[in-house]
Amino acid sequence: MNLETFIEFFSLQNPNVRYVVLGSILLSISSAIVGCFTFLKKKALLGDVVSHAVLPGICISFMVSGTKDPFILIIGAFLSGWLSIIVLDYIVANSKIKEDTATGLSLSVFFGIGILLLTVIQHSGNAAQTGLDSFLFGKAAALVGKDLLAFSIIATVILIVVFFFYKEFKLVCFDQEYAKSIGLPVKKIELLLTSITVLAVVTGIQAVGVVLMAAMLITPAAAGKFWTNRLSIMLLLASVFGAFSGIAGAYISYAAPSMPTGPWIVMILSFIAILSFFFAPEKGILIKLFKQRKIRNQLLEENLLKSFYKIGEMNEDFTASRSNEELIEIRRFSSAQFKAGLSRLSSQGFIKKENSTWSLTQEGLQKGMRVVKLHRLWELYLTKYLRIAPDHVHEDADTIEHVITPEIEERLEKLLEYPEADPHSSNIPYQ
Amino acid sequence: MDSLIIIATGSLVAVCGSILGCFLILRKMAMVSDAISHAVLPGIVIAFMLGSDLDSAWMLVGAGLVGVLTTFLIEFFHQHGKLQTDASIGVTFTWLFAIGVILVTYYAGDAHIDQDCVLYGEIAYVPIDPIILSNGQVLGPKALIVLGGVLVIILVCIIPFYKEFFLTTFDPSFAIATGVSASLWHYVLMSLVSITTVASFESVGAILVVAFLIVPPATAYLLTNRLHYMILLSCGFGILSAILGYYLAYAIDGSIAGAMATIAGLVFGVVFIIAKYLEKSRRIAEMKELSLASK
Repeated sequence: MNLETFIEFFSLQNPNVRYVVLGSILLSISSAIVGCFTFLKKKALLGDVVSHAVLPGICISFMVSGTKDPFILIIGAFLSGWLSIIVLDYIVANSKIKEDTATGLSLSVFFGIGILLLTVIQHSGNAAQTGLDSFLFGKAAALVGKDLLAFSIIATVILIVVFFFYKEFKLVCFDQEYAKSIGLPVKKIELLLTSITVLAVVTGIQAVGVVLMAAMLITPAAAGKFWTNRLSIMLLLASVFGAFSGIAGAYISYAAPSMPTGPWIVMILSFIAILSFFFAPEKGILIKLFKQRKIRNQLLEENLLKSFYKIGEMNEDFTASRSNEELIEIRRFSSAQFKAGLSRLSSQGFIKKENSTWSLTQEGLQKGMRVVKLHRLWELYLTKYLRIAPDHVHEDADTIEHVITPEIEERLEKLLEYPEADPHSSNIPYQ
Repeated sequence: MDSLIIIATGSLVAVCGSILGCFLILRKMAMVSDAISHAVLPGIVIAFMLGSDLDSAWMLVGAGLVGVLTTFLIEFFHQHGKLQTDASIGVTFTWLFAIGVILVTYYAGDAHIDQDCVLYGEIAYVPIDPIILSNGQVLGPKALIVLGGVLVIILVCIIPFYKEFFLTTFDPSFAIATGVSASLWHYVLMSLVSITTVASFESVGAILVVAFLIVPPATAYLLTNRLHYMILLSCGFGILSAILGYYLAYAIDGSIAGAMATIAGLVFGVVFIIAKYLEKSRRIAEMKELSLASK
């Protein structure tokens, strides 16, 4: 990286750079916002269909008008994008063909027609046609003033629509039945949502091209979803991700002119998304794995302490040393888990190691006792209040003993009136 | 002669696509095939870079692996990330495709591959790109031979294991219960889809191969409920689209692959209307019978 280029780029002195940066940001934000709604409606691939399906419209409006005026082409693109969704819905509603097939069908046939028309135009020798194929791959690096004007108008329209219909869109995305029941015109709102989706695609496609347009809609939304459960924050995050990628993509192709802008925008977006998938707090894959491991360890440790307690109960001596064999006899553990669990317990101070035997410390005894107590309380509760046979309650108690909170423990004790023994007449220990 | 070769190539793509497509649409995985057909791009570009005189067989193996990787990523994000399937497909394939396009532009000078070819191929070049053996003997058009090989691979995989494919398609839990691995056949199918995509890549491009994978099987699905009829019908529709598409392209001087996809769509439209009409008249006949019986 070169500092001079960096400054040159971000000072936005060059009008060309200004167009490209502003254009990329506008596009990225408007498609990210629209994409959040299609994502939540579980119709993320709709954008993919529309972006392929605008091609025939663009070709036809060029054939009819003979110019490459962005506004005229956008009208054609809008109409054919729309038509593709109507065709898709019609096929699903009127035949046994499923949605995914209809999606692929509409997408590929419209695109096929588009390619046919595009090549016919190219072979016709019409000099004005050069550059029409920028719709296929985008031309973010070659945006000019007129394109920017078109983008800004459309982005503004999209933002205004989303601003005024925010509540309606939210309801339709999350709870369509409820929206219907309170009398919202769901069909019309969906129509509006589809329209702004088509609009976002039609403009975005000029920057990133047919295939990658889907990413501009889906990827920011998917990344945003991993950080929050609130729609407003998700929209904000998606826009920020989109805008950042827009700027970064524009910068990369400015610093290295052979690099295409659109694919780099998508690369950076995907990178943000994949980072989010793995590292987002709460919903990320890694944190989930970590939590699962933690719970597995907790179960193992509590089960080990329970075994210590049970041996102690049998021998009426809770703190004597126990060998590995004695412990395994009470409950089976896999040998790797067994060793790891014991060493963790001893480092936490619940057990002590003497030669190759183990003994409970006072803390360990308390903890083991509590698990056994919860187990037996629960067994009693099941037999007494749910009328489950005493020989059927063990499994359930074995699971729930690890998750009962002190509050529930107290309520159980009160409800059962501090019982002496469980249904198998084992003693229920109290501290 | 050239037109015969082009039609034969188109028909081969159609037949390979139809056989696999029937399973795909019955498994509700049509869009996964769309994703794979885009995602193999980086694999193809890398293969192009590694050797200008690329070895088709190795490219097919590589494609199979990339296809499996794509499917794996889609399922990984779906299952471990709890990302809904449609979004998972969308994120995965656009990402891989972006990598592919970046590689294409980066190595544009070195490899005989450009962006247009990625999207819609050029089937008209098939006859002028023959395989020539080291002793100078001309074996025949390369695309035709490679596609023929792919068809053989597909048949070898599907015919002996038709029962397994059938079971895992219609009742995966029963298949698993009887000891048939659903995921094994799933990945085999996905590899076959990737191989087909790569083999058809130069002639019809990444997106139009999807038309051959989805449209003829969907057309056949309208007319029958039996899998083997569906496959045969779908091959028929595919070949018909290839032939008519060629003449359409010839008549208006456009992309042959685009025209084939257009015709496939048109055939679907016609069959859709006929099927709807048949359904309607069948219902009317049934109603008449019922009203007669009640009298």
